[in-house]
Amino acid sequence: MKPVSLAAAAVSALLLLSPAAQAHKRWLLPTHTVVSEAQWISVDASVSNDIFYPDRAYSLERLQVTGPDGKAAETDHLLEMHRRSVFDVNLAATGSYRIALPGHFFLAFFEQDGERKRLFGEDAEALLKKVPKGADKVRLLESVSRIETFASVGAPDTAALKPTGKGLELVPVTHPNDLYSGETARFRFVVDGKPAAGLEVHLLPAGTRYRDAQQDWTVTSDDNGEVAIEWPHAGRFFLEAEASDQNVSHKQAERRRLEYLGTFEVLPL
Amino acid sequence: MRLIPIVMLSALAFAAEAAQFQVEVEVPRLRVAEYHAPYVAFWIETPENTVAAPLGLWYDDQEKWLKDLRQWWRRTGRSQSAPYDGLTGATRSPGKHSVDFSELPAMAELPAGDYQLVVEAAREVGGREVVRIPFQWPPASAQQLRAEGTEELHDVTLTLTP
Repeated sequence: MKPVSLAAAAVSALLLLSPAAQAHKRWLLPTHTVVSEAQWISVDASVSNDIFYPDRAYSLERLQVTGPDGKAAETDHLLEMHRRSVFDVNLAATGSYRIALPGHFFLAFFEQDGERKRLFGEDAEALLKKVPKGADKVRLLESVSRIETFASVGAPDTAALKPTGKGLELVPVTHPNDLYSGETARFRFVVDGKPAAGLEVHLLPAGTRYRDAQQDWTVTSDDNGEVAIEWPHAGRFFLEAEASDQNVSHKQAERRRLEYLGTFEVLPL
Repeated sequence: MRLIPIVMLSALAFAAEAAQFQVEVEVPRLRVAEYHAPYVAFWIETPENTVAAPLGLWYDDQEKWLKDLRQWWRRTGRSQSAPYDGLTGATRSPGKHSVDFSELPAMAELPAGDYQLVVEAAREVGGREVVRIPFQWPPASAQQLRAEGTEELHDVTLTLTP
């Protein structure tokens, strides 16, 4: 078992250095994305390889649900279960809701007595203080991520979808609740509000458990940060994109890893 | 029918020198965002798809993903626990890998007949593929039998030596 844990540590270290690799897919899965009257919906939140079958729960502490008025929307029944977290969202008004889990943390890597170790936390200073004295090869990395999905009552609008200007974000060209099979959707990706050119965006259709191939595909953003996604069929799709840059918020951090993970429902036309 | 005693005699004569059963598998190099070396299982099945001899398993000691070798799991894996039957070892990196199953007691005990070698590969956040090579046991002559996978396994070669 020892070589395995060592390998895992090495892989995790690699993950932060190579933007393309991602160990586990974190996702939000709403029961409904397009509804014709005000109502509550439920959302599952989990980390899994089998898209979208829950495997491990994660904390909902940072959950941010924004309503069509741009303000926080009502949520209920936040619960972290064994295999998934769940919560309800009140789609009380006409328009679009953004359901998001933003993440911002630091990772400290170091070697102590020849053994590789790592710690993570939200406060870089506090994290560096936790690194034992005498540790060497200390490295600090920053991670900014967003897990998102969307739901709309009636005609979709974009007030709730305004980018925060921090990290890797999706800006709708095509609205994420206006996706139909056989059509091409355009999304714009921005880093700190600026176009993310040359970004690789990976797409994976739901239901991997019941097929032999992932059937994923990759699109690359143009100079304006825009990607064109042709939906091969109706269903739910997992989208992930990663980038890294030097735009760190703590002077000791070597790099900043940026991550966007989204769930999109494509309807048959 | 009269030939049978003669065949049995020759089988007895060669019993001391066991037939050779070697498998070469090519693990493909894949350009994917997230790569994990595949779990691979080897077994011999009868024409009725029952397991005649479990041969081996490459995995990284994490039992969690063993069920993803779906056929191996159903046919033999789920009723075992570590250490698994046959030759087990760590997952292999892309490239060609040879395994010699000749010395396995299960091979020595395998009755004469028609069989298939089954090689199944399953990769975390990747795909799954099964490759089968029919063969006769014991081999009448030295032979190389091949099959080719398309996704998770490339060339699979079974070398039989009487």
